[in-house]
Amino acid sequence: MLSASLISKSFGGLAAVSDASLDVPEGKIVSLVGPNGAGKTTLFALISGFLKPDTGSVTFNNEDITGQRPFMICRQGIVRTFQVVQPFTGLSVRENIAVGSHTRIAKRSEALLKAEEVAALVGMEDLLDRPASDLTIAGRKRLELARALATGPTLMLLDEVMAGLNATEVHEIVDVVLKIRDSGITILLIEHVMQAVMSLSDHTYVLNEGKMIAGGKPKEVMRDPKVVEAYLGHGAAERMAALEKKTNA
Amino acid sequence: MSTRSLFIIWGLLLLSFILMPLFITSNRWIGFLEMTFFVAVMGQSWNILGGYGGQYSFGHALFFGTAAYIQAIMQQKFGWSPWIAMWFAVAGTVLVASFVGYLSFRYGLKGSYFALITLAFAEAFHVLARSLDSITEGGRGIQLLLNQDPDKAISAFQFNFAGPFLSSYGFYYTILIAMVLVFAVTWLVEHSRFGAQLVAVRENEEAAEALGINTFRTKMGAILLSAAITSFAGIYYVQKYLFVEPGIAYGLSKSVEALFAPIIGGLGTVIGPLLGSFFIHGVGEITKDFIGHYVGDRPGVDLILFGVILLLVLAHMPRGLAGLLSDVWKRVAGGRNA
Repeated sequence: MLSASLISKSFGGLAAVSDASLDVPEGKIVSLVGPNGAGKTTLFALISGFLKPDTGSVTFNNEDITGQRPFMICRQGIVRTFQVVQPFTGLSVRENIAVGSHTRIAKRSEALLKAEEVAALVGMEDLLDRPASDLTIAGRKRLELARALATGPTLMLLDEVMAGLNATEVHEIVDVVLKIRDSGITILLIEHVMQAVMSLSDHTYVLNEGKMIAGGKPKEVMRDPKVVEAYLGHGAAERMAALEKKTNA
Repeated sequence: MSTRSLFIIWGLLLLSFILMPLFITSNRWIGFLEMTFFVAVMGQSWNILGGYGGQYSFGHALFFGTAAYIQAIMQQKFGWSPWIAMWFAVAGTVLVASFVGYLSFRYGLKGSYFALITLAFAEAFHVLARSLDSITEGGRGIQLLLNQDPDKAISAFQFNFAGPFLSSYGFYYTILIAMVLVFAVTWLVEHSRFGAQLVAVRENEEAAEALGINTFRTKMGAILLSAAITSFAGIYYVQKYLFVEPGIAYGLSKSVEALFAPIIGGLGTVIGPLLGSFFIHGVGEITKDFIGHYVGDRPGVDLILFGVILLLVLAHMPRGLAGLLSDVWKRVAGGRNA
């Protein structure tokens, strides 16, 4: 469905993303993990049109969308959320979500109705008339999700929708993400909460220092020595293997 | 406040404005209302771009003056009917706005940068109007001829063809109708997709773009609509005062009036510009009467007072008079229901 091939982006000589490729098959949940500063959010920005790649291409449903402006990419069915949530603080929850639904619905009343529908899906039906500025972090993350969902996407790019949430809230939002997947929307997510990554994703990519260093089933990827080293430092994989041998012996 | 009670309040307000000339014969009071409605129209045009769209213009005189000059030149120098000239004035103003808008929004100018570029354009046109002597009569300004012949009054836009009542109150009703139309358009914008997207751009441009909004086109739409509305104010001014000169057309005071009214009255609300306009003209009259009584006629005293009021409003009432009214209403209604 989505395929990024060999895309690179550097900022003043610093390569944020170099020759990274990834594929997201339809109907799946694919995750993108990696240490802080690995370039995950930059890669999202490159896919969703907020940044233009220096080289490489992004195709969506076999059409080249490289370098298109974000609103055009959104209208084609790819919507992103922001790691640092960006609610329209002066508006109510209902109005926030309706901004999303207006992308495919011209009529105000219908867009507001659709907003209610989407709010129910993410569990915000009781908060519809609250100003967005009143929401807790968990509420804001949900709103971010709801607004994006209201645009009627076929692929959602979720940037750390679970960061900063407690265990119960993570659990709730995992359920919402699964519900979204079950409604037929493909998902690519950036996540640090490993428990969520393991339980949610069908496929995981690992990005480190701008390069894609591994990709595969979440459990296999986590055992990959290159991945362990990326997270824990040079030589960590060997030390862990030795430790494992000792405990087994 | 329910939609029904809102409609009732608007209806009563409109009715009292319509009937006003039947009861009030004081020229000063009618003139006060005319200027209040005129500034409300200017303020509403600014409100669409600044209040709903978050793009603070500091040079709305650019649109006002351009329309006023086009109208005056075509009417006086070419002898065109005002009814035909006005569409050229609107089109010319929209053209200027599209140039300024394209330049600003294409290159992502925001906040104070946008304010500065609008101010700069207004000043540039101010200088042009002063120096293009053969077209604009320079600093002397263009004086339109008053037509005493009732048969030609329509083509010179005066109301002396229509009997004594309308020749006194014709301009009052003209600006009242213009204001009602402009406010209706604003209400429609507020309840449309365009309005929702415009507010989203104001609140957070990046998020708006991510949600499928063409932020450039939305902002362009707002500045073109705003300029078109301001141009009606410019056209009205020329008909009413039969005179335009560079300082009136492109001077800072029109730009300031246009932004004062909605900021004091309530940004991004339909009623705001009218409340604000009433407030600043009321305060203006009072200062003229009372302060003028003590310190003599010193021009600028009311401006100092406006400055102080603006600071106080910005610091303590960010939602303006409209926000204050709605809080009071909530308290009253809440107390009644409890």
